[in-house]
Amino acid sequence: MTIACPIPAVATERIQLGHGSGGKMSAALLRDRFLPYFKNDILAQLGDAAVVDVGGQSLAISTDTFVVQPLEFPGGNIGSLAVHGTVNDLAMMGARPRWLSAGFVLEEGLSLDVLDRIVRAMAEASRAAGVLLVTGDTKVVERGKADGIFINTTGVGVRAPDFAPGPGRARAGDAVIVSGPIGCHGIAIMSAREGLAFEAEIVSDSAALTPLVERLRDRVGDAVHTLRDPTRGGLASALNEIAAAAGIGVVLAEETLPIPGPVAAACEMLGFDPLYVANEGVLVAFVAESQADAAVEALRGHPLGRNAARIGRAVTAHPGMVILQTAIGGNRVVDMLPGDQLPRIC
Amino acid sequence: MKYLSEYRDPKLARALVAEIKSTATRRWVLMEVCGGQTHTIVKQGLDELLGDVVEMVHGPGCPVCVTPLEQIDKALALAARPDVIFTSFGDMLRVPGSDCDLLQIRARGGNVRIVYSPLDALELARKTPDKQVVFFAVGFETTAPANAMAVWRAYELGVKNFSVLVSHVTVPPAMTALLDAPDNRVQAFLAAGHVCTIMGWTEYEPIAAKYKVPIIVTGFEPLDILEGMLLAVRQLEEGRHEVENQYVRSVRRDGNQPAQDLVSRVFELVDRNWRGIGPIPRSGLGVRPEFAEFDAERRFAVDGIHTEEPTICRAGDVLRGVLKPFDCPAFGTMCTPERPLGAPMVSSEGACAAYYNYGRFRSAV
Repeated sequence: MTIACPIPAVATERIQLGHGSGGKMSAALLRDRFLPYFKNDILAQLGDAAVVDVGGQSLAISTDTFVVQPLEFPGGNIGSLAVHGTVNDLAMMGARPRWLSAGFVLEEGLSLDVLDRIVRAMAEASRAAGVLLVTGDTKVVERGKADGIFINTTGVGVRAPDFAPGPGRARAGDAVIVSGPIGCHGIAIMSAREGLAFEAEIVSDSAALTPLVERLRDRVGDAVHTLRDPTRGGLASALNEIAAAAGIGVVLAEETLPIPGPVAAACEMLGFDPLYVANEGVLVAFVAESQADAAVEALRGHPLGRNAARIGRAVTAHPGMVILQTAIGGNRVVDMLPGDQLPRIC
Repeated sequence: MKYLSEYRDPKLARALVAEIKSTATRRWVLMEVCGGQTHTIVKQGLDELLGDVVEMVHGPGCPVCVTPLEQIDKALALAARPDVIFTSFGDMLRVPGSDCDLLQIRARGGNVRIVYSPLDALELARKTPDKQVVFFAVGFETTAPANAMAVWRAYELGVKNFSVLVSHVTVPPAMTALLDAPDNRVQAFLAAGHVCTIMGWTEYEPIAAKYKVPIIVTGFEPLDILEGMLLAVRQLEEGRHEVENQYVRSVRRDGNQPAQDLVSRVFELVDRNWRGIGPIPRSGLGVRPEFAEFDAERRFAVDGIHTEEPTICRAGDVLRGVLKPFDCPAFGTMCTPERPLGAPMVSSEGACAAYYNYGRFRSAV
């Protein structure tokens, strides 16, 4: 019997928006189209940042490109985001961010007022995060060839010898902790983009997470096994990646998830699941159980982490899989999405 | 969230679970009709909680799942046209047609946009007079009034560049078709609360009487569904078969008369193919001849597209509840959420996708 399959594979002949979603399509793009050409042990770690040794000093390097629309949104703009995104990737590897580069692709016609506001926000964010912008580049493209402004930032940070969180270090028994409410950034952007008005304005959480990481390092040190900032793809994708990298299962307790009322309401209306909505100022930590309460307390001591909460634990069962225990007592698999989250009809 | 969290209270939910368990003397087969209910059941793990007394069969009420391949192919053909802006609800974009899906059409240069309302699509048409705007009008009686309203307004305003590709279906003929099948296993229905908000429940009274099945008009929150299950189990245990309304905060016996009037002004009953189930006579809505200029099939002459379903996919048997997804020969191998053969694998609450995830979990623990 020959079976004619009319459905093409997800890997198609052209780039789709889903390839940028942070879900399975993004992972496949990286695995199939990039990694085969750049095989090396450092890249193979696939952490938020690469870790390299230079003369006995451990450095973290990370790069990120920012293409957000609208350029300015409640709680920040593309400039502050470009600093926070890269600084946070370094911090998640336990590094103190030190230096940044920035590349700008500017579209013909971009208002210089807007550019000024973006650059000012970058400067303020850099100062607050304790990094120096030490090199940069600008290019201008014809109208229609870019969406106002694209920014790439690359950051270098220095790692302390006794603090080395990484995605593969999470282990069964660890407590899973988030530093604050989830879903704010993605919903803030979506509301601004679509002109949606909700009862309460939802503000992006975009922020440098370095103060939280410093507190964790000072209070509980190497009991912090893994740190991750759940940006695109949201908390669900970040936890799936950690579960896969560390070969552990993750169990979440639904009633402990810090989902702000306005975010929950917006998701309800739009047909989204807040677990998959992007964050830019939240970290998720896997911490040895014995130090978990101390870690939560350390996070709560800083305004950014005042709503820090335990949301679950790592287990040996169902490795690579994230399970949510619903408030009613049921279980469901929180899988990685293939591509972008699509609003549901019913 | 006011008016929502009240219907998600874990304590009340656990009490209902206990009551269903103590009421049932055997295991009953219930079907929830609507995809929104399936979503809640899967998301909350309700079927797992009650598995020993209730078997939930996920019914055909997910528009993503039952929109036939030929309508998807027509959508793809329209979306690929350079003069067309194709608008759709979000979750139709990943539904596989014969060749690809709407997301891939977009990657190839098609202008495909997600809208939240057909009236937004109409507004887009008025703002872009040099393009033809087509809206993919899918769904059950719930979405039909808004779609009828968009056509009616386009007619009133004389908008020449707006049309709808219609694939509307109606619930009662599908329930009758399921009950008429000799291998039917469904013993009671949770009817779709939003459909009944529009249509009321008078259509269901003859079905309950003729087939001797309890039909419970049920809402979408966890407590709604658990209460619907309880009412169904009680009727089954007592040998009754009535239409009962659990969703009293939204549904009246006669439904929403102005909405029904609008729908019948713009649409008429037509025969319709259901993906995975096949043709069901007078089970769909099509644009009336008076509004033909707003019917995308007629405007763009795509009504000649006819396609066959992949034969290996047993989605129809799954949707009817006679086959468990993992008994399908393609399940988990040729057909996965990343590479769906049939529509129930496409959306995360589709019966096959739900079993795929759930099964991976069960086999892992």
